Amino acid sequence: MAGISAFGAYVPRLRLARSAIAAAHQWSDPSFKGKGKGERAIANWDEDAITMAVEAARDCLAHGAAPGPEAGASLDALYLASTTLPFADRQNAGIVATALSLDGQRRTLDITGAQRAGTTALLEALQAVSGPHSNQALVVGTDKRQAKAASAGELAYGDGAAALLVEEGEGLLTFLAGVTETADFVDHFRGAGDAFDYTWEERWIRDEGISQIVPEAVNAVLAKAGVEASAIDHFIFPSTIGRAADGVAKSVGIKAEALADNLSATLGECGTAHALVMLSHLLEGGLKPGALVLVAAFGQGCDALLFRATEAAATPQGTLGVRGHLALGKTSDNYMQYLAFNDLVTLEKGMRAERDDYKTALSVTYRKRDMLLALEGGKCTQCGTLQFPRTDICVNPQCGAHHTQEPHSFRDSKASVLTWSADYLTYIPNPPSHYGMITFEDGGRFMTDFTDVDVGELDVGTPVKMMFRIKSSDRLRGFVRYFWKAVPQRGQDA
Amino acid sequence: MARGIKDKVAILGMGCSRFGERWESGAEELMVEAYEEALLDAGIDGSQLDAAWFSTHYEEINVGKGGLPLATALRLPNIAVTRVENFCASGSEAFRGAVYAVASGACDIALALGVEKLKDTGYGGLPGSLGGTLNAQWAATGSAPGNFAQLASAYRAKHGVSRDDLKRALAHISVKSHANGAKNDKAHLRKPITEEQALSAPMIAEPLGLFDCCGVSDGAAACIVTTPEIAKQLGKERIVTVKALQLSLSNGSEAGHNSWDGSYFHTTRIAARKAYEEAGIKKPREEVSMFECHDCFSVTELVTMEDLQLSAEGGAITDVLDGFYDADGTIPCQIDGGLKCFGHPIGASGIRMLYEMYLQLSHRAGPRQLEAPRIGMTHNLGGSPMSNVAAVCIIGAAE
Repeated sequence: MAGISAFGAYVPRLRLARSAIAAAHQWSDPSFKGKGKGERAIANWDEDAITMAVEAARDCLAHGAAPGPEAGASLDALYLASTTLPFADRQNAGIVATALSLDGQRRTLDITGAQRAGTTALLEALQAVSGPHSNQALVVGTDKRQAKAASAGELAYGDGAAALLVEEGEGLLTFLAGVTETADFVDHFRGAGDAFDYTWEERWIRDEGISQIVPEAVNAVLAKAGVEASAIDHFIFPSTIGRAADGVAKSVGIKAEALADNLSATLGECGTAHALVMLSHLLEGGLKPGALVLVAAFGQGCDALLFRATEAAATPQGTLGVRGHLALGKTSDNYMQYLAFNDLVTLEKGMRAERDDYKTALSVTYRKRDMLLALEGGKCTQCGTLQFPRTDICVNPQCGAHHTQEPHSFRDSKASVLTWSADYLTYIPNPPSHYGMITFEDGGRFMTDFTDVDVGELDVGTPVKMMFRIKSSDRLRGFVRYFWKAVPQRGQDA
Repeated sequence: MARGIKDKVAILGMGCSRFGERWESGAEELMVEAYEEALLDAGIDGSQLDAAWFSTHYEEINVGKGGLPLATALRLPNIAVTRVENFCASGSEAFRGAVYAVASGACDIALALGVEKLKDTGYGGLPGSLGGTLNAQWAATGSAPGNFAQLASAYRAKHGVSRDDLKRALAHISVKSHANGAKNDKAHLRKPITEEQALSAPMIAEPLGLFDCCGVSDGAAACIVTTPEIAKQLGKERIVTVKALQLSLSNGSEAGHNSWDGSYFHTTRIAARKAYEEAGIKKPREEVSMFECHDCFSVTELVTMEDLQLSAEGGAITDVLDGFYDADGTIPCQIDGGLKCFGHPIGASGIRMLYEMYLQLSHRAGPRQLEAPRIGMTHNLGGSPMSNVAAVCIIGAAE
């Protein structure tokens, strides 16, 4: 028996009001007039599928089986699902695992290539845990999809990630059955190396694709588990096509009220992550014990997974989750900023942006992977001083002991601002550049970049938390550097 | 206990190019300009030099590496030339090399020359540099103004100073330096400004506006040193000797240990204490006649007043607003305009500071000559508040 035992999510702080998108395009297409409802999540300039995956995984593990600094230590696999991973050849799941100090003897997999990659990863993990070779696995879905300006995707998509902990036992949601239907139905595609999707007519996708293929998978999984469609309490089926989910529910006999909120009003559709995002969102609200949850996702076929809620699902442990992150959102109508962040407009960045020192010494990146990706510093075993980075000689002027430091990660440590400035001179995609010294509650400090920060928000003493972000991108060579940045603690997050 | 440098080495001659946006000149021409003035002042020719120390910081956009650029530009007589680099304190480092060489007896006459050609980048301000293959992967994004602006946040928090009061003191510092620079025909920025102009200038890095930042200038400065005895033999009058020369470098504790509060320069305090001891100065606020400090930003100057023990801790704002450091104040500071207005060609700045102190002590400072100064001090700083090189040098009339 296998089940989902913990869940978490990440939604970037910025939300773009769809009214801003609609207003920008009405001049060329009057139909945009009626499309300005709600908002969608947009990643900051320093976020991508990997950084969001790390944050969703942290959110999940913080409330998982073993919360704390050792969170995830008993995992034996990490599945990363996305079609917008930054590296085509460098395992992205390995970066996520290292950032969580979960590298080493574990299976790490990138699962990609179709919009149902999230459910495929979940199904793979559940089947692996059901067998003898795996006991606990983390499944992370994440996407930051690029859409052309004035495309349907620009309105419909949202950036985000979700993570589910899968393990032996009944968990919060016990896995009953899973089915995969494969069909090379090309509703859209993106060629290798291309930035944008090419999408076919919606009516064809709905009537010939979704309406035909999804019911096959759904009926098969219901039959496999011996469950009637009418007994389903919650039906999760992400689709940006209007009434596609309703149509499937109706055709197989799932009651209309079982349709789960697809979060289009507040978040947008997070690609491969979205089924997992919707599932996390559903779990956050608490489920009636015994409730039947059917999750399906479409993409060159369909995955369908059936679960039953356990007693524990009634009162789920509080993660920040989808709801918490949605509550922390900052709505913006700055469409030009969105274009700039997504390279959809050619901006004059000034000569300061023309740095030619972005070539990364990969030997250093590997040697210092725990420092750079897992924010690991040191703790002096002689004087107890926490320090970053970890060095051979203790930084404490009163100590100075040699070779006494053991690894210590600052990833989850509380910190506050000691000094700061908002710099209008330095090139940064989202000026002004905020940076300053932070001190950790239990000791240790370093000068850090701040991100997701508003002008006027920082002061000496402002509490901050660390988040995994893009440090810089080497456009010439196609490499992305990651590191940690400080973000002000806000709201229920504090 | 080391005996120190006091009165072992004399300044034989100094030279300084005009600072500014020297579009017509490269580093080579600037070096020659400073060198010729120094030779003339020393009354020697190049063949009498035994060794030279050469300081420049941004080799990439300037002259390249090594000592060859100096040896070649000046056609030095195949003597030893050592290139030194210690951030913005590089000039003081070159001076230290030449002074120590003479003090050791290994050289009779040595040259220190610093140069920086900055205005060949196509934009204002300094180029960024990431400092190595590891730092590039994690060090916070930053510019010089943003790094030094950090001082303001910590200083305000520590001393309970409002943003307005701090900004007013910073404005006074810049207004004073502009007034001084206006009297210096070698200075980069020669227009006086008002407090209102300083306060309403565009923001560069909170809370520093445009007028809180020093000039980015091209320039060179040179100093020829020898023993007091040789100086006398060569007919030098009003001999100025080195009283103290101290350098202190951060070891990472400010950046990595929670003992530093971010509001002051740990190294400047150490270098100043050692320099006063070396020079035999007991009460700096009473004994120092004048000084040039590393006013890369107004806030740097403010906190440095305290680090140099000239103002009491937390007392710099009052002293600044009272005019204590103005040209007609008790201890005039940046009498030549400072980095703020004379300009800041990085590798030259430490020597430029000495140039002004030397001119004042030699009674050759023209319209900005102070009355009977005895002790002049320079404070030359490189790096950022959390990790830096602080140089403090004291010179005065030979005893």
